[in-house]
Amino acid sequence: MQPGNGKMLAKLTVAAVAMFGFGFALVPFYYKICEVTGINKGAEQSLVKNTQVDTSRWVTLEFDANINEALPWRFRPEIRSIKVHPGQLVQVEYEVTNTSDAPIVGQAVPSYGPARAAAAFKKIECFCFTPQTLAAGETRRMPVLFVLDPALEADLHTVTLSYTFFETGGQAKTQARSVKEG
Amino acid sequence: MSDAAHAHDDHGHHAHPTGIMRWLTTTNHKDIGSMYLWFALIMLFAAGSMALLIRAELFQPGMQLTHPDFFNQLTTMHGLIMIFGVIMPAFSGFANWQVPLMLGAPDMAFPRMNNWAFWILPVAGLLLMSSFLLPGGAVAGGWTMYPPLFIQGGISYDLTILAVHIMGLSSIMGSINIITTILNMRAPGLTLMKMPLFVWTWLITAYLLIATMPVLAGAVTMLLTDRNFGTHFFNAAGGGDPVMFQHIFWFFAHPEVYILILPAFGIVSQIIPTFARKPLFGYASMVYATASIAILSFIVWAHHMFTVGMPAAAQLFFMFSTMLIAVPTGVKVFNWVATMWKGSMTFETPMLFAIAFVCLFTIGGFSGLVLAIAPVDIQLHDTYYVVAHFHYVLVSGALFSIFAGIYYWLPKWTGHMYDETLGKWHFWLSVIGMNIVFFPMHFLGLAGMPRRIPDYALQFTEFNQIATVGAFIFGFSQLIFLWVVLKAIRGGEKATSKVWEGAEGLEWTVPSPAPYHTFETAPVVK
Repeated sequence: MQPGNGKMLAKLTVAAVAMFGFGFALVPFYYKICEVTGINKGAEQSLVKNTQVDTSRWVTLEFDANINEALPWRFRPEIRSIKVHPGQLVQVEYEVTNTSDAPIVGQAVPSYGPARAAAAFKKIECFCFTPQTLAAGETRRMPVLFVLDPALEADLHTVTLSYTFFETGGQAKTQARSVKEG
Repeated sequence: MSDAAHAHDDHGHHAHPTGIMRWLTTTNHKDIGSMYLWFALIMLFAAGSMALLIRAELFQPGMQLTHPDFFNQLTTMHGLIMIFGVIMPAFSGFANWQVPLMLGAPDMAFPRMNNWAFWILPVAGLLLMSSFLLPGGAVAGGWTMYPPLFIQGGISYDLTILAVHIMGLSSIMGSINIITTILNMRAPGLTLMKMPLFVWTWLITAYLLIATMPVLAGAVTMLLTDRNFGTHFFNAAGGGDPVMFQHIFWFFAHPEVYILILPAFGIVSQIIPTFARKPLFGYASMVYATASIAILSFIVWAHHMFTVGMPAAAQLFFMFSTMLIAVPTGVKVFNWVATMWKGSMTFETPMLFAIAFVCLFTIGGFSGLVLAIAPVDIQLHDTYYVVAHFHYVLVSGALFSIFAGIYYWLPKWTGHMYDETLGKWHFWLSVIGMNIVFFPMHFLGLAGMPRRIPDYALQFTEFNQIATVGAFIFGFSQLIFLWVVLKAIRGGEKATSKVWEGAEGLEWTVPSPAPYHTFETAPVVK
């Protein structure tokens, strides 16, 4: 073997091994770059950016929770009120507890104050879409996901969303088809 | 190919094993070069047959011959084998034969490692091909090996990953050998800037291989551990990121694109001056252009993935850096044309292939520029336009340069002139067939036909039928090539040591066929 070849072999082998390591180093490097530059916010990017938010306007939303007298449940919103922009995606949670010692099926029915705000509530997900079956003593947190339509009349600055739970009277086991939307 | 040469030249040396052991244990660069080239040729026919099956299926809309999953296996294996089993080994074969001859070196720097680098390749080839017989068939996730498909498949996915490891190891060993040979074993007086351009392009290619092949090895290792050892590099369910695989993969695979084309530039830069009977125009600029392409190739990878959801700033960066590569490439095309300008040209088969290379590779380069434009790419991503583009650069680019190189050096290797008439038949059928296959694909892609799909909408039928007819012309005309090679090995007009009137360089100073051992005392270059 020609003198110098061995040294060259060693150098190039080290380079190849180092590049193998570099392949793995790209993993933390990738996450760091994404974090610093904010390039890869996968979830945000895959959703089309919401350009419908009317940031010039604030609306105060108030949440109210009621129980029909016949129903032995406790029901309350997580927060009482929130300020949002029309067009913004909002999620709030309610907590409901069955205080009786038997399973009961209940159905929430919404109402709006003032009533003309009802059309502006675009609900994507709501516990009021289906009857809720609660076991004896069970507590459950339930979300409502909605957008307040920017077409909401301009003079409305405060809107109240109120839910009332009724016992549906159905068997606890039956999957009663519910009234869609409220 | 050097059988005859070996038979009457090895007297006086220590006894060589004969039969299969001669080939298994050989450390001779010419033997190993020939084996690389034969391996590439066999794999060319294997992966070419897959391409013909694909084209036969696509002759009509609807499912005719294959099951969709088998169709996906065919496209995946066609890609993997053509890249790792045909083009790369063929270029390694050229390097083994020609680099020591062109440098006046007696052999490669590490002959034993050279033997290993070759002989692990057929093992990888066997792993790949045998996976067709396994339950679930061969890999069907595309040659780019993207997760999540590649972390979901069956046993053949593990075998393929192993095969990629082996092929990568082979290339790395080959590259170490080539770099050391070029840097340490040149004949006295042969300075770097006097080296033939083929040697220059291979030197740069070998550096690219050492820099990127290990990264691919790392990426597929991560796939392997995701599959078998519960890691979550790319598994989104475990907090990993599949898009990260694409970044790591293309960090390897874009330089890989140049690994597949730089030696082609080198071969063409040897052939055009010979048949134009003029020295290469702009030698130094050719060297610098090659180096610039290699360096730029590391900063453009994400143009393969414009559709993953990148911010506009990143898209602009990768778009402009990609377009920048057109500058050194344009320098090269300009230099080849300028070399031919006012030359005393003759049109033997190697020159025909080299000229076809310059024209058709440029078409592939232009469609590449179109694809580099991010907003256009988002429309054309994963359509037949992309298929047309990379076949213009890989078939009429890399493969045609390989044909050109074989015709050019075959008389030196075998001692016999090849059959010029058959060579011209091979050239014309190939160049016409190739354009009939791939040109209509541009229109199919622009019209929105997706790639890697076994069925298509009715309006694409005519162009697909044209492409399929072309594919069969192109495919079967390669049998002529096989015949020409076999014929030249078995006999024919004796070649002189210079072979071509305008040939320059050390390899033309040794007799044809090149003796088993050459340059045992180094020549002196003035």
